Amino acid sequence: MSTHEQFADDLALYALGVLEGEGRSAMEGHLRECPACSTELQRLRGDMSLMALSALGPKPPQRSRQRLLDAMAREPRQAQALRTRHWWSFVPWLAAATLAIIAVGFWLQNRNLRESIARLENQAAQQQAQLQRAREVVETLTASDALRITVVAANAPPQPQGKAIYVRDRSSLIFLASNMPKLPPEKAYELWLIPTSGAPIPAGVFKPDARGSAQVIEPPLPAGVEAKTFAITIEPEQGSSTPTMPVVMVGAGG
Amino acid sequence: MLSELPTGAVGDTALLSAVRSGDQGAMASLYDRYSGIIYAVALRVLRDTGAAEDILQEVFMQLWRNPALFDASRGNLAAWLAVIARNRSIDALRKRHPESDLEDCILSVEPDLAGDAERSRAMERVRGVMGEMPSPQRSALEMAYFEGMSHTEIAQKTGEPLGTVKTRIRAGLLALRKAFA
Repeated sequence: MSTHEQFADDLALYALGVLEGEGRSAMEGHLRECPACSTELQRLRGDMSLMALSALGPKPPQRSRQRLLDAMAREPRQAQALRTRHWWSFVPWLAAATLAIIAVGFWLQNRNLRESIARLENQAAQQQAQLQRAREVVETLTASDALRITVVAANAPPQPQGKAIYVRDRSSLIFLASNMPKLPPEKAYELWLIPTSGAPIPAGVFKPDARGSAQVIEPPLPAGVEAKTFAITIEPEQGSSTPTMPVVMVGAGG
Repeated sequence: MLSELPTGAVGDTALLSAVRSGDQGAMASLYDRYSGIIYAVALRVLRDTGAAEDILQEVFMQLWRNPALFDASRGNLAAWLAVIARNRSIDALRKRHPESDLEDCILSVEPDLAGDAERSRAMERVRGVMGEMPSPQRSALEMAYFEGMSHTEIAQKTGEPLGTVKTRIRAGLLALRKAFA
């Protein structure tokens, strides 16, 4: 303390809490910067505590002890309250937590459902658009008032022609014919799918209109048949299960 | 429970640990151990049994409500309680708001006062040192400690110079320290 002698006496007063005014403010400022004086302050407080042992007097009355016990009983501390808390006191909290978890679960489920609905609505809209386009294509192809013109070499007489469009994986077939000769009322043309192996398969009966045009759209066909070619014969009006010779038109796939 | 053991068989640290767990019996044991010192200090300062009982109650209830306020780094429990009791008593005497928070008080003191025998020996030694002090020095120290008088007030009352009063008070505290070195 030799370097802090100017604070030494005031430090004792400060420890006793009786240093006042500017001396107190100066001491507090000094203590903030001086570990040695802070340590000495702790020792002086220790010395000061010994002063308490010099006090002579009667013991506290017995009622003081009971008063303390009663006060403690009225004021259980937090740690004690936690220790003696019964398990059922957590039930409301557990219930609240469970409800919160369920609410979050419902919210997430609801959000997923909304996303699924939006995704399905988008798909449905796209499919609707595709369907509309397909319908328009088919309507154009099959419209009775459609102008069908087969372009051939100049000065060549019009020839009967047919165009078969076949997708094996979907068993889907569209056939368009033009310049087809008129047939007797009891007769009709029949289209045949000639597979790479096996017997010819009926692919639709048709009669050309007044301008010689005709079409067969999506006739019933067995699944996955690979077509080698298509052929047309003249059959009874109701069609046949096997082609009647001769074959009047035939073409190769490509 | 710790409180079921004979008085003095359990250290302050163990009793405080039990108090932290809500053991009222351990708190009662600490009361039995230190209420005499605290009450004597409060009564000496306040000279009123009812007011001294209030201080006694307040100090122990503070410890009950928050035993974590005290830890070993703050010195020994008896000294800490004594300082708190004295400061609260002075605050009450001077009708001022408490100037010292319990948690602010850190002190360093040698004797362990947990045992009845150690406590009795320490009391005898302190009273011996105080008795051997020159009367003006003992008087200045007691006015500062038990009455909370500033050195200016003491100087006015005794007619001594301010510097002399300061030096006597400090020298008195150092004499107590020396007795336990």
